[in-house]
Amino acid sequence: MQNEMSADLLPQKLAKSRPLFDGDILRRAIGESFRKLNPMTLAKNPVIFVVEVGALMTTVLLARDVATGSSEFSFNIQIALWLWFTVLFANFAEAMAEARGKAQADSLRKTKTDSIAKRMLSNGHSEKVAASQLRAGDIVICEAGDIIPGDGEVVDGIATVDESVITGESAPVIRESGGDRSAVTGGTRVLSDEIKIRITSNPGETFLDRMIALVEGAERHKTPNEIALNILIAGLTLIFLLAVVTLQPFSQYSATAAGSGAVPSVAVLVSLLVCLIPTTIGGLLSAIGIAGMDRVMQHNVLAMSGKAVEASGDVNTLLLDKTGTLTIGNRQAVEFLPVQGVSDTELAEAAQLSSLADETPEGRSVVVLAKEKYGLRGRELAQHEAHFIPFSAYTRMSGVDINSDRLRKGATDSIVQFVREQGGTVPDDLKEIAERISRQGGTPLAVANGQRALGVIHLKDVVKGGMKERLAQLRRMGIQTVMITGDNPLTAAAIAAEAGVDNFLAQASPADKLNYIKKEQAEGRLVAMTGDGTNDAPALAQADVGLAMNTGTMAAKEAGNMVDLDSNPTKLIEVVAIGKQLLITRGALTTFSIANDVAKYFAIIPAMFMATYPALCALNVMGLNNPKSAVLAAVIFNALIIIALVPLALRGVKYRAGSADALLRRNLLVYGLGGLVVPFPAIWLIDRLVHALGWA
Amino acid sequence: MTSNGVLQIALYFLAVLAIAKPMGAYMARVFAGERTFAHPLLRPLEKGLYRLVGVTEDTEQRWTAYAGSLLSFSFFSFLFVYLLQRMQAALPLNPQKLSSATPDLAFNTAVSFTTNTNWQAYAGETTMSYLVQMSALTVQNFASAAAGVAIAIALIRGLARQQEKTIGNFWVDLTRAVVYLFLPLSLAGALFFCSQGVIQTFSGYTTATTVEGKEQVIAQGPVASQEAIKMVGTNGGGFFNANSAHPFENPTPLTNFVQMLMIFLIPAGLTYTFGRMVGDQRQGWALFAAMSILFLAGVFVIYAAEQSGNPNLTRLGLAAADGNWEGKETRFGIATTSLFAAITTAASCGAVIGMHDSFTPLGGLATLFNMQSGEVIFGGAGAGLYGMLLFAILAVFIAGLMVGRTPEYLGKKIEGKEVKMAMLALIATSAAILLFTGASSVVSFSKDSYWNAGYGPATGNLNNAGPHGFAEVLYAYSSAAGNNGSAFAGLSANTPWYNLTLGVAMLVGRFLIIIPMLAVAGSLAGKKRLAVTTGTLPTHGPLFVGLLVGTVIIIGALTFFPALSLSPVVEHFLMQQGGRF
Repeated sequence: MQNEMSADLLPQKLAKSRPLFDGDILRRAIGESFRKLNPMTLAKNPVIFVVEVGALMTTVLLARDVATGSSEFSFNIQIALWLWFTVLFANFAEAMAEARGKAQADSLRKTKTDSIAKRMLSNGHSEKVAASQLRAGDIVICEAGDIIPGDGEVVDGIATVDESVITGESAPVIRESGGDRSAVTGGTRVLSDEIKIRITSNPGETFLDRMIALVEGAERHKTPNEIALNILIAGLTLIFLLAVVTLQPFSQYSATAAGSGAVPSVAVLVSLLVCLIPTTIGGLLSAIGIAGMDRVMQHNVLAMSGKAVEASGDVNTLLLDKTGTLTIGNRQAVEFLPVQGVSDTELAEAAQLSSLADETPEGRSVVVLAKEKYGLRGRELAQHEAHFIPFSAYTRMSGVDINSDRLRKGATDSIVQFVREQGGTVPDDLKEIAERISRQGGTPLAVANGQRALGVIHLKDVVKGGMKERLAQLRRMGIQTVMITGDNPLTAAAIAAEAGVDNFLAQASPADKLNYIKKEQAEGRLVAMTGDGTNDAPALAQADVGLAMNTGTMAAKEAGNMVDLDSNPTKLIEVVAIGKQLLITRGALTTFSIANDVAKYFAIIPAMFMATYPALCALNVMGLNNPKSAVLAAVIFNALIIIALVPLALRGVKYRAGSADALLRRNLLVYGLGGLVVPFPAIWLIDRLVHALGWA
Repeated sequence: MTSNGVLQIALYFLAVLAIAKPMGAYMARVFAGERTFAHPLLRPLEKGLYRLVGVTEDTEQRWTAYAGSLLSFSFFSFLFVYLLQRMQAALPLNPQKLSSATPDLAFNTAVSFTTNTNWQAYAGETTMSYLVQMSALTVQNFASAAAGVAIAIALIRGLARQQEKTIGNFWVDLTRAVVYLFLPLSLAGALFFCSQGVIQTFSGYTTATTVEGKEQVIAQGPVASQEAIKMVGTNGGGFFNANSAHPFENPTPLTNFVQMLMIFLIPAGLTYTFGRMVGDQRQGWALFAAMSILFLAGVFVIYAAEQSGNPNLTRLGLAAADGNWEGKETRFGIATTSLFAAITTAASCGAVIGMHDSFTPLGGLATLFNMQSGEVIFGGAGAGLYGMLLFAILAVFIAGLMVGRTPEYLGKKIEGKEVKMAMLALIATSAAILLFTGASSVVSFSKDSYWNAGYGPATGNLNNAGPHGFAEVLYAYSSAAGNNGSAFAGLSANTPWYNLTLGVAMLVGRFLIIIPMLAVAGSLAGKKRLAVTTGTLPTHGPLFVGLLVGTVIIIGALTFFPALSLSPVVEHFLMQQGGRF
């Protein structure tokens, strides 16, 4: 369903999204649309409330038509019906958006079974209690197969945990005491080993509870921009109310002056009012907001408030961690640089052999490079007398002894020492090559065979594919990117240039991050960042958008205003795009709604005064059949357009990364000019239909 | 349209373009308290005034205090003008022994002049003594215009400042506007007008014998001194009922050109001042461009409509060769009169050289729309700028969302409070126009009632029937709520009903825009300025100008479409079919 969005910015998440019009959701929404007719609930939406009052008035007046046997009855009842439809359609839009959240909440709630917890007692024994009886501070013990009874921190042990309940990801994750992977979530299941957990939340306040409340919309507050937009459309409603109410005396004067015609009926005046007030945006506004939250959710990001989603559209600066976000996290061999007197092939071969048993990504990349660049295939070593030397923190080397060859690769210093120990001399250019690689932001890995130093493998941070393009898109959107890394400035600068970030923060401590954010904010920029560690918490809290990783600590998750259940820091870019899309959808539909009014005036005003001033026929530019069909056509169009735009409101308008100027030009053309033009043929068509069907 | 006519319009527009920058730069310096070439002469006067009234020059006010000062100043101004009119008969400088004004007329006139509307329910030469004209009305011509400029400056400060609580000092801004702008300009203008033959005298009226041997009373008075400020302060209240069509007020083509230029002098200059004060000149030119587009559109609609004339007369073979001459001074011609009409209605001035009531329906429609769009097409001194900024805020809010950010203007977030205030202003003025027009088109009094004595129903005051009559009422309230002051004529408005309702419309149109806009200024001044990136909606390019023009037109059109279609629009179609009113 996300394919409406820019394909390059927002990777598709088809697997997790629900179809827009799921049967169950649809049924639920239709029922809810009728329940929402309650004026008490509707009063919160001034535009639609006015429509309901109008519908009520025309309906009540139908009784008078019946009593007097008025010939207007058939027209008036149609108007009344369509006005009720208008209200229902608007309710339906909101109900649809809510129902999608509720459906998700239900599936979450199903997983929330009350499990039995083993609570540790002070004497070292454990007792069985219901999970709902646990309080923050209790220590529980969980072993393979147990459901973790509440949110907490692992205080002892290590275990694999299945968190698919909340993340949808079936691969288990490791949770261990200490460090940044100690947080566990209630409702997830321990798959292996045993851990002790200190419970950190009271019943009803767990992460899962909050998640349910959020997707259900129970905690939904109107966002600041939504409130402001509501004021605008309520104000416009009031202005149109004035314009229509005063039409009554105006037409009374005109009818007297012209000596013909009469004051338009209540049904016609109400029709005009309903057509003019911004019912399209009024009916869709809250649906847009809910759907925006829902879209974030579908990307497996949990936004703690709609305000956070809105703020992400405003972000000017993205702080991106180098490792895992910009680079793929592992260094890769990119080049073999032999010392003088050694051939490329000899070095490559030695490097490959020394890495055959090295299962680290770096080691594998050496084998792959040798194969790709020099056509060296990984040979079967079984027939040889091969003895592998594993890497140790003490020697900082690994390698293999084959026959008489003693192949080693490792940190330059270690290899130098190894060669000397073997009685060899180190060529002068070895260190030079190693330093050159360091300067370029790479990591040198020296290779030796016994007493001969052969050369250096260039290991490099590899920037994720397509990252440069995405960052360029962000730049076009006016967002600057800042790379955060623990590397020295030299290395950082090289990688920053390669990835195409605008700026970098090298040898960054958590305090540096916090200060950088504060500095950016003081200069009037909004900052977004990701983080997972406890020491990230202050920066996450300070940032305008703080996306915490679900694998991170509780402190980080509490501090951020969003949690990424997939723990994928790159997601920040998508969150920004969704925020922007949400705001664009609001603006586009508001513009569309207002622009629509022009055509409606041209349909209704000549119809209203045809009897008083036949000359006003000249304004009937659409050539509508007769006054009644014209008014009906406008009212029907006004109602149907709400329904027609529900999918757009729920999906969001198409968003393309680009400068504000380009975006505005495009959207003004589509929704401004489109909003001006589209109703003319549409109303004309409806008028023909209404006439052909004999409705008017 | 003739090439001569188009050339006149082009020449005028180029002159406006040329004066905007020097005028704007000068004002920016004046209101920032920087030295200008006028300081050696005027600074002592300014300082003397502060000492006299006890104002500390560098104490600033929050928006509430600023608004409070403005309101109290306006209230006492109103009271003074009201009382002076009521006691006119007993006061000196009244050679014609004119009687005191009635309470409702005095109310209407006092409101009218303190709100910079200068709607005149009376004929000046037969109602107001020299004393009232000079010390009440002319003083208000200065004061109300200066107050308008002060508000505009305060709003600009709100946009220009960040994280500050104050927006300037009303008394200082008011004093500076009078001392450095209106006094020197009026003085120079009055001397120039005298040189061109505009009269300036304290003697009573002259009785002359015409060539036909009949007796004629020739009204006169201190005209030149009022003429300059009438234009430069976008006041428009003429000394004579015929206003600038009268040869004593506007004797030559040169005075006419200068008068037109004086109307736009401050409103156009303020757009440049705005750019200078917010630190981005392009922002000012964008507003200037939007105003210019709307203005030129109005000019050419009027000119084309007037030039094409009345098809009914053409059919009868009675039409002048080059269009509709009814209600126009032959000295000025169709092009100049069209241009003047567009200027005076766009700029909320209200001075006239032709009778708008006699325009063709489409010409009348354009003048009406100029006022109903909120008097933002250059607009009144100061009022035009803060009115246009109101629309800029709305345009940014609606369309700004479409760039994917919460709306901001000049780095200031536009949020609930700003939108609320902008909408309040918009609703208030629309309500004043629509509700009073609605009431007047149906309300009925007995012929001998106090409220509308001699006329009976409020529609009894109309000189014309049908849609044209309706347009007269609509025009009156649009003019009042827009603080324009020009009249469509054709409506005998000097009755308690019209004096009071028009007075209230003027108050609404002035203060229910000023107070919300000052609140916006206060709110914006306190906000942080956000950094500008390529993701920010640019508010200086052609796209934004188009957007702003579109917003002004759409909001105005949507609000008044029904009313307009029952007046000039239907009248136009009826005229095509041979109808007369």
